[in-house]
Amino acid sequence: MLTILFDGIAYGMVLFVLACGLSVTMGLMNFVNLAHGAFAMLGGYIAVLLMQKAGAPFLLTLPAAFMGGAIVGLVLERLLYRPMYGKTHLDQVMFTIGIVFMAVAGADYLMGSSQQIIRLPSWLQGRFEIAGIGIGRYRLFVLCVCGLLAFSLQWGFTKTRFGSRLRASVDDARVARGLGIPVNRLFALTFAIGSGLAGLGGALGIELMGLDPSFPLKFMIYFLVVVTVGGTSTITGPFFAAMLLGVADVAGKYYVPEIGAFIIYVLMVVLLIARPEGLFARARS
Amino acid sequence: MTTLHDRVRSSLYGARRWHPVEFIFWALALASFWLFPRHLLLMNEIAILALFALSLDLILGYAGIVSLGHAAFLGLGAYAAGLLAKHGIGDPLIGLLFAMIVSAVAGLLASPLVVKGNDLTRLMVTLGVALILHEVANSWASLTGGADGLQGITITPVLGLFQFDLFGKTAYLYSLSVVFVLFLVARRLVHSPFGLSLRAIRDNVLRASASGVPPSRRLAAIYTIAAAYAGAAGALMAQTTQFVSLDVLDFHRSADVMLVLIIGGPGYLYGGMIGAVVFKFLQDTIAAFTPQYWMFWIGLFLVLFVLKGRSLVHGGIASLLKHFPGLRMRKTP
Amino acid sequence: MSIVLEARDLVKQFGGITATDHVNFTLEKGARHALIGPNGAGKTTFVNLLTGVLQPTAGSVVLNGEDISHLSREARVKRGMARTFQINQLFASMTPLEMIALVTSERLGYGTRPFNALDHDPLVLDGTADIIARFRLDDIMDAPIASLPYGKQRQVEIASTFAAHPNVLLLDEPAAGVPEAERRELLDIVAALPPDVSVVLIEHDMDIVFRFATRITVLVNGRVLAEGDPATIARDPRVKEAYLGEEASHA
Repeated sequence: MLTILFDGIAYGMVLFVLACGLSVTMGLMNFVNLAHGAFAMLGGYIAVLLMQKAGAPFLLTLPAAFMGGAIVGLVLERLLYRPMYGKTHLDQVMFTIGIVFMAVAGADYLMGSSQQIIRLPSWLQGRFEIAGIGIGRYRLFVLCVCGLLAFSLQWGFTKTRFGSRLRASVDDARVARGLGIPVNRLFALTFAIGSGLAGLGGALGIELMGLDPSFPLKFMIYFLVVVTVGGTSTITGPFFAAMLLGVADVAGKYYVPEIGAFIIYVLMVVLLIARPEGLFARARS
Repeated sequence: MTTLHDRVRSSLYGARRWHPVEFIFWALALASFWLFPRHLLLMNEIAILALFALSLDLILGYAGIVSLGHAAFLGLGAYAAGLLAKHGIGDPLIGLLFAMIVSAVAGLLASPLVVKGNDLTRLMVTLGVALILHEVANSWASLTGGADGLQGITITPVLGLFQFDLFGKTAYLYSLSVVFVLFLVARRLVHSPFGLSLRAIRDNVLRASASGVPPSRRLAAIYTIAAAYAGAAGALMAQTTQFVSLDVLDFHRSADVMLVLIIGGPGYLYGGMIGAVVFKFLQDTIAAFTPQYWMFWIGLFLVLFVLKGRSLVHGGIASLLKHFPGLRMRKTP
Repeated sequence: MSIVLEARDLVKQFGGITATDHVNFTLEKGARHALIGPNGAGKTTFVNLLTGVLQPTAGSVVLNGEDISHLSREARVKRGMARTFQINQLFASMTPLEMIALVTSERLGYGTRPFNALDHDPLVLDGTADIIARFRLDDIMDAPIASLPYGKQRQVEIASTFAAHPNVLLLDEPAAGVPEAERRELLDIVAALPPDVSVVLIEHDMDIVFRFATRITVLVNGRVLAEGDPATIARDPRVKEAYLGEEASHA
């Protein structure tokens, strides 16, 4: 039981790293970016290519995946995304679905449609037991990395000047602009970090979620659930939403495999009926 | 006073009057039966896609509800009609009605989730509902045939007279008739007080409720009706191909239909029809030289369309429509 | 004089801030009742509580003897209370004619009829034509609302609100944002509202207030500071104090 809880938390941690960038960009610019998963897939493939073709060690591929996602995110934000901010949600949805489709077909063309497998270094393989709880080494590693990230994000968001400017912009972009905060630059940077985190999550997630060209479509709903349930104005909201989703998904698939795939949808529906504004949304006047 | 009264009447009538171009449009759709006898199967697909897009137009164009999962109702209708025919009731009209009812009930059940939220929750809920149905159809293979699709559907002749044939003759005329009848109903609907209240909600929900319109109930009503329309499109699909595959519930169906509507322009009923023609033509052309990467091209098309193309295409349609006051194009929500 | 609208001990809190603080308010039939107060006094919040845009933390709203505190916005409209907003809220894709026809058909309860044609129903036609004539909108009735100048849009909003046949009409700063040239016409419209309709007018402009109002309530910091006829309010030193920007008495 606790093993499942542990696996679920590790899974949720990866989900959090994957989705947190999305929740901030959605909150900040009120921009619906369904293509977020494409950045995660990019990170995943960067890790795979570096390990398979260049023989790079796994640990080195993680910052590379982050950088890859961040750089592509920065470039796309400047070239393509920025003109979209003023448009309707419908346009944003169509536009980002277009990007997803191109990414899916492109990945299929370049990498083939099969599932990618990576060889983890031996010190990350296998599991050990503590007090009867089976702990996968890799999952523990993921837990530590993502936990650390979550803490530093929370710190960065609440304690630094960058974070306070960001929060001001999330609350009201117009007022923030009036106060002389460079909202556009701030957003470009946030977008890059968010995309980078997605890339990192994609690389970390290969072992847990798999990686094939349909990744951005398959996990789109997960990201949306994390963002909608978690709300878009905090780091902790999406964090707990991701944990909840991760544990529910893993436990559901383990205990009731026949209907395990439905668990997250049921969870989503129940949560939305109970709290239509999001589980951790701040009350707004 | 009488003159003002008359002006009010003629002005309100003008908004719903049939324009000659509309007659030409439907005459052309019928004439295509004789004009392109070798493309009847493709034209049948266009008619079905047009109906599906009309369904989306009712919620998106008129009520401002964005949906990422409209295929849920298409698929439900297809399976409903297919299963009914497989289990002995092969009459197409009964199947059509049954599919519409099933989809309408599903739409009604899903509507409380859809009418409450903002755009983001709506996207998620609609996507989620479609994914659930896809998963159900996939897992419940004993009923649906799972990934192999639903086979063994036998459809009896339409009205007991017109047998479905290999060339799509009956199929096209049957689909076109259904589309036309449902279009007439939709046309009546959007120009009614009910239809006007939907536009009010889409334009400004605060003012709508301050004008005495109850937004949630009206949105639930149109969502249910649109679900029935999508179910009808699904039934046509199942009946004219005598097969239902899991693909009807796939995400790309929901994305395609959005693209179809956006190409033609939402909010004046003909957008979905025009979009369906353009979309199928594109699909056919692209598939001729690069079948496996269709998804890439559709993606590129979406991106370019939203970035640049919309003003081009819609500028063209709008300048055409300017000559036809009865066919005003509405602003997108 | 009978009372048509009453707020009893109305309270609204946002987090730690009390925007409406135990407000009691009565509107008499046929009154022209102005609600004044400095910026941030809670005037719009109070109107939002009356009309159901916001839910009160405590207290109740009574319309024509019926407690409507828990009714939806649209149900309050059906019971005879309509309003305009501080910033125009209109239907951008419609013409004034369509907007007025919509409100008229909703008043008649036709909104649920999916197969009626608006131009076939004599009641809709009569009601719509009546509003258009009364507010003299016939020359702009077919122009898209979005294309009209702001002052005209304001008129359309008041006219369409009136199409609901309210017996209580709340006007939230009707003259705000309207250029001087179009102001006169607008004020004439407000002045010409039928005497049996009771009007609550939120206004900053003291000229307008003292021209129209038969009764004035002054709100400061979410509370009623003073209430009375215009002459009494004009003499009240506490009101002057509040408007001079000095710290109003927190008593």
